[in-house]
Amino acid sequence: MSGRRVNSRTDWMRRVGLGAYFVLLMLPIAWMVSMSLQPNQDILSDFTWFPETLTLDNYRTIFSDPSWYSGYLNSIQYTLMNMVFSLIVALPAAYAFSRYKFIGDNHLFFWLLTNRMAPAAVFLLPVFQLYQNVGLFDTPLAVALAHMLFNVPLAVWILEGFMSSVPRAIDETALIDGYSFPRFFARVFLPLIRSGVGVAAFFCFMFSWVELLLARTLTSVNAKPIAATMTRTVSASGVDWGLLAAAGTLTLIPGALIIWFVRKHIAKGFALGRV
Amino acid sequence: MSTDRKPADNKAWFFVIPVIISVAFTAIIPLIIVINYSVQDIFGPDDRIFVGSEWFRDVIGDPIIRDSFWRSIRFSVQVLLVQIPLGIVLGLAMPKRGWRASAALVLMALPLLIPFNVVGMIWQIFARADIGLGGYFVNDVLGISYNYTLVPRDAWFTVLLMDTWHWAPLVALLVYAGLRSIPDAYYRAAEIDGAKRFAIFRFIELPKLAGVLTIAVLLRFMDSFMIYTEPFVLTGGGPGNTTNFLSISLTKIAVGQFDLGRAAAYSLIFFLFIQLFCFIFYTAMKRL
Repeated sequence: MSGRRVNSRTDWMRRVGLGAYFVLLMLPIAWMVSMSLQPNQDILSDFTWFPETLTLDNYRTIFSDPSWYSGYLNSIQYTLMNMVFSLIVALPAAYAFSRYKFIGDNHLFFWLLTNRMAPAAVFLLPVFQLYQNVGLFDTPLAVALAHMLFNVPLAVWILEGFMSSVPRAIDETALIDGYSFPRFFARVFLPLIRSGVGVAAFFCFMFSWVELLLARTLTSVNAKPIAATMTRTVSASGVDWGLLAAAGTLTLIPGALIIWFVRKHIAKGFALGRV
Repeated sequence: MSTDRKPADNKAWFFVIPVIISVAFTAIIPLIIVINYSVQDIFGPDDRIFVGSEWFRDVIGDPIIRDSFWRSIRFSVQVLLVQIPLGIVLGLAMPKRGWRASAALVLMALPLLIPFNVVGMIWQIFARADIGLGGYFVNDVLGISYNYTLVPRDAWFTVLLMDTWHWAPLVALLVYAGLRSIPDAYYRAAEIDGAKRFAIFRFIELPKLAGVLTIAVLLRFMDSFMIYTEPFVLTGGGPGNTTNFLSISLTKIAVGQFDLGRAAAYSLIFFLFIQLFCFIFYTAMKRL
């Protein structure tokens, strides 16, 4: 909107309004962080606006107790596995959709979308039985595979969007220049869509990281994700709110770290690559 | 998918095979198992009888399931009525350039990256009257009695507020991205014509936003219709059945009662309903 005379009064209102919204947006998160720095008896005694004693004990507990920190390790493990598998599978498919017409391409694309939208609750029982029968139950691999249900379609959609913005002439020139297809794909094509690969990877990571239902159903002890560790602590006698808040705060960190790198593409990713 | 002329080549199917195999394992096989369950009454591993459509009639006639269906519909409609206008206003208000734009993007996206159960937990703490800032503020500063664990209306309101907190930023980000694709020349032309702010929104911005808003409406509808984890952590479906949404009641039947046949029939009806919306979504997107 450059060149337009800025109406200073509406502009001022806009800034204040947006600022107020961001304060409201951050308040619940700030409250959790503040709780994570207090001992539980302080939280449960009289209400105070600001913490009276600050302590890192809650975090110390999490980092020293294997039943807590192994939850994070499990979550990170299946999330990364899922990200890699989803991308490997989605890259060639997205290339096919963006470059060729083939029998059933439209139906296939639609079918993939329906899987992104499938309610996880529907697949709960059969997935549980399936993974138990093939002996994968309670392994990070099981969760990584199960999350491909919604991440593979998502990755295909995002990558197809980015690939379609690369002119087809590039493919043709490279093949005429004597590149074999795999070499062309790895050396020429992938570098051209690397931001798309980054965005797809980010979204696979994210949707796997935030999901709880399938992850909880497919694990019991050895591969229990941090999210499940947290819900099971809630049902134990007496809730340690400080500890819970600290565990919650730590789950924000991976997302907050990578978000900076994809900030320019984040909306495109949420729109399934279609902005 | 772009609709420009692409060479036809059925060998492209080879590229798609890995996707088919992986999704077969995660979607097709489980779906076949669900169909198998839905037509049988299973007492044990070797003790099962074929019951035909009995479970389906049972599910459609079940008042609790019907209630949770309408509850989910009502929730999704309210979600759309609140979040779409709010998201449009926020998207329009977000700064377009400089460090402020980056900061706004990062802050907006932050709630979207929080694990669903942690979202539930954040609000569980925040809205509690005894230890939460929000609950304390409403009860003791504003003087309005509020307790989401006991009063149905308060529970419903808290879930709606939590969902808005969680997902309105998604609508805002989509609107923001849509606005960024409008060339500056359009605004300059409007300025020369002396267009008012509302006219600019109505005749320049809104038509350009049609695409992203379609995506926003349908993503928000489907995700709110399938909502599970956040209300499960916050209220567990209560008080009573106030927040017993479709996914929550399905999970209760499937995992809680381990009622295989009924849960499977329920799943299939739920799934087909979602498929219908997917179809509308896809048709609408292809026209963009």
